Amino acid sequence: MADLRDLYQELIIDHGRRPRNFGPLPQANRRADGFNPLCGDRLTVYLRMAGGVIADARFEGIGCAISTASASLMTEALKGKTVAEAEALFAGFHALVTGVAPPAVATLGKLTALAGVREFPARVKCATLAWHTLEAALHEEAQAVSTEETP
Amino acid sequence: MSAAAAALRDLGAPEFDVAEVRRDFPVLARTVRGRPLVYLDNAATSQKPQAVIDCESRYYAEYNANIHRGIHQLSQEATDAFEAARTRVQQFLNAAQREEIVFVRGATEAINLVASSYGRGLSAGDEILITEMEHHSNIVPWQLLCEHSGAVLRVAPIDDRGALIPEEFGRLLGPRTKIVALAQVSNALGTINPVRELIELAHAHGAVVLVDGAQAVPHLAVDVRSLDCDFYAFSGHKVYGPTGIGVLYGRRALLEAMPPYQGGGDMIRSVSFARSTWNDLPYKFEAGTPNIAGAIALAQAIDYVAARGLDEIAAHEQGLLEYATQRASEMPGLRLIGTAPRKAGVLSFVLDGVHAHDVGTILDGEGVAVRTGHHCAMPVMDRFGVPATVRASFAMYNTRDEIDALFTALVKVRGIFA
Ligand SMILES: Cc1ncc(COP(=O)(O)O)c(C=O)c1O
Repeated sequence: MADLRDLYQELIIDHGRRPRNFGPLPQANRRADGFNPLCGDRLTVYLRMAGGVIADARFEGIGCAISTASASLMTEALKGKTVAEAEALFAGFHALVTGVAPPAVATLGKLTALAGVREFPARVKCATLAWHTLEAALHEEAQAVSTEETP
Repeated sequence: MSAAAAALRDLGAPEFDVAEVRRDFPVLARTVRGRPLVYLDNAATSQKPQAVIDCESRYYAEYNANIHRGIHQLSQEATDAFEAARTRVQQFLNAAQREEIVFVRGATEAINLVASSYGRGLSAGDEILITEMEHHSNIVPWQLLCEHSGAVLRVAPIDDRGALIPEEFGRLLGPRTKIVALAQVSNALGTINPVRELIELAHAHGAVVLVDGAQAVPHLAVDVRSLDCDFYAFSGHKVYGPTGIGVLYGRRALLEAMPPYQGGGDMIRSVSFARSTWNDLPYKFEAGTPNIAGAIALAQAIDYVAARGLDEIAAHEQGLLEYATQRASEMPGLRLIGTAPRKAGVLSFVLDGVHAHDVGTILDGEGVAVRTGHHCAMPVMDRFGVPATVRASFAMYNTRDEIDALFTALVKVRGIFA
């Protein structure tokens, strides 16, 4: 059986309870809203792009421990990354939580704490909500992203 | 303990034999993640007794044929069983006539049928009254109707316990109110609405009333004539029957006057390119090949419920609800959402500092199946200021031991999030 402790590691509980980079970003020049209608999670991702890199990233909203921790760890990992690097990170993260690739600690760092999600397919959407929202912010899609095609 | 359960005990009536009931439901014997299944998601869908499973497969194994179309033996047998199922549903709801029973896919389709067909008679400025506790399936069809008819949707509010406020409901009724649509039992809160009184009030204003009975039918005896409702909708799968089959009861005079909902085979009397004419009730509303096996197995499920006794089932479930409510009140940091004085077996709650979704995953790890989320009732979540709740909902086969398992698992949630 997949152990719940693998899912709810200390790092996840900690970031879920005390998310980093939480709150609005007044100097943001990109933002997007994300929504998971299945569980009611909502979050907003703010980015400040400067010189082709993500100079700052913050988020706010309400969500479960998995989605909050994922958003928190994501904002930490994004700073200083180019758009291409951020997208590569998302691709790596997506592979991590869906279980299609072994955890690449070298590139994903602390994000590998979310590897346990692969054993809980119902929670993949929680882990990726912030990332899909990031994608929208990077591309400045006007619409709120939703984890469901048809809400 | 409810008055009914206490009375039963005082009379020395035999206890509801849960162990025996459980043996009838094969899935209850399985394990989940290495633990015995504790199935507390009955408001989403109930499990099926072996008799229902056998009934459905017997149709396919022994007399599978289309209905109303063949003169051959199999078709006759299938038609007879399908029509007997209609009569069984008629008795179950105490409808006056079998023509008033329309088979549909479920409560959702039943409500859409009324909104689309009866709704054709509405015009700009007419009003539709629903309540704040409705399931999305009893909100959105009316919004769609308002969009193309120009009618206005009004919403009767609930109080902090999740009970409808009858005075407010009364105030919202007026000469323009054409349709009132409300749940008999709320899926998100468990509230039982005093539908008979509300129907009387609505009728006094000339409105027709649709009762969404999706959550009521498994838990209380329903009599559409005593309720005096105009339409009654329910789903087979929540009352121990199959998915994909449900019922719309409609008063004959209303159904007669309504235009067809969908066009196709079975619902016509004659078709030519110039003009088609409609079949009699209820076939006018049953276009295409229906869920034949589903209807027949639904009748079997109704037989099963009747044999166990709805009053006995209700008393057993009230006992479970009272026990669970008691345990919930002893758990620090647990807040019940839905504390109306009259409730069916639904325990909706939030835990301080832990999102419902995380609770659900940890409970699942303990073999305890609950629903987490907004329960297709987002306005209810907004009303109580929560994004989601954990909902444990009870059926006739649940036990106190299972409620203990739920609370043991909740202590584990606390441990992980300590
Ligand atoms: C109160 C209520 N109404 C309507 C429905 C819709 O039922 P179905 O999805 O079977 O059509 C449900 C199901 O969750 C319900 O709980």
